[in-house]
Amino acid sequence: MDRKQFLFLIGGLKWTLALSAIGFVVGSVAGLGVALARTSGHRGLERCMAAYIALFQGTPLLMQLFVVYYGLALAGLKLDAWVSVSIGFTLHAGAFLGEIWRGAIEAVPKGQVEAAKALSLDYVSRMRDVVLPQALRISLPATIGFLVQLIKGTSLAAIVGFTELMRAGTIVSNQNFKPLLVLGLVCALYFAICWPLSLYGAQLERRMAVAAR
Amino acid sequence: MNYTFDFGPVLDGLPDLLWGCAGTLQLALSGMGLALAIGIGGVVLRQSRIAALRWLVIAFVEAIRNTPFLGQIYFIFFALPLVGVRLDPTLTAIIALGVNGGAYAIEIIRGGVQSINKGQVEAGLALSLSRAQVFRLIVLKPALRAVYPSLTSQFIMLTLTTSIASAISAYELTSVGQTIETNTFRSFEVYGVVTLLYLAMSWMLMRMFALIDARCFSYPVK
Repeated sequence: MDRKQFLFLIGGLKWTLALSAIGFVVGSVAGLGVALARTSGHRGLERCMAAYIALFQGTPLLMQLFVVYYGLALAGLKLDAWVSVSIGFTLHAGAFLGEIWRGAIEAVPKGQVEAAKALSLDYVSRMRDVVLPQALRISLPATIGFLVQLIKGTSLAAIVGFTELMRAGTIVSNQNFKPLLVLGLVCALYFAICWPLSLYGAQLERRMAVAAR
Repeated sequence: MNYTFDFGPVLDGLPDLLWGCAGTLQLALSGMGLALAIGIGGVVLRQSRIAALRWLVIAFVEAIRNTPFLGQIYFIFFALPLVGVRLDPTLTAIIALGVNGGAYAIEIIRGGVQSINKGQVEAGLALSLSRAQVFRLIVLKPALRAVYPSLTSQFIMLTLTTSIASAISAYELTSVGQTIETNTFRSFEVYGVVTLLYLAMSWMLMRMFALIDARCFSYPVK
């Protein structure tokens, strides 16, 4: 593998990181909305969000990317491939993070909400100052676990035809006929990003298990 | 939006799609079986007295859980022929699914085994049960019961992961969908229907797991 091919892989790596970041950040905003809607006490809203989550947790990410990709084109939107793919990852992340954070919000002891209500805090302040900070702490290990899933999931953009790290790898291996070397390197790059995150998540989980004892 | 939906080609391809579902279920169920075997075997090795074996299992779990499945399935697809093993894409996909799911299963089952009180094992040995009996009756079954929900949701994930096997053109629902799409250009309709079929399959598997739970893991212990 020559220098040019290596730089091509690094170019793909940048897109992998960008897709992960967009999916995670925008997906977090969506996920927060979903989690709040799921715990709002409003029947119709809760049902809608439950259906959205069930749809995205019950179908393969690859199909979600395909449907969003072709669906946006049908709707007459001429978007760059990276925009379509990012929207797909965002919808995916929104559903999963929404479900994780719903669990976390419900895991905050009920007395906290009751105390906040007794102090006549309004909904915004109750959530922002009392519930969400505690829920965030509870959800952190699962959230990091999902981030790792998402980073690995961006590799599916390769099947849709978007050149991120995985597709860059298959392109290079088609040129130099060394698939094991190139794929090994590509997987090592994913590992280098995901492993520290996984270790951090596991460490947080252990610390919280000790605190809960 | 001036597009007229045409589900005709999809309806014509419905028998093919249903065969694709069968292919997907075949991959998923075989993958689950392999993953469960690797999971149980891995947990046994993880508790081995030989440190090298324990580290090997840890390295395997970390390597698999922190790299994308697409990379793993490509790697196995290209690596097997180099060591002289030629398998068709479907068998390759089952191995990849089993190896991937196995790494997750090891972590999940290990959590369950750790939750078993040590006194129970000692009590079993004191009653002169063999080590194998102790493992099977006192450790493994209660451990599986404890982790059953996480294990089955991991298996649902494995089922959804089978769609990635289309990348090495294994016979399953996604690749059948892709064939219909290339022939008819009705991309949205085809993938929409395929998505709903996946939803139906994961729902069906969830029902199946609930039935198995009621049958095999309900108290009182049979």
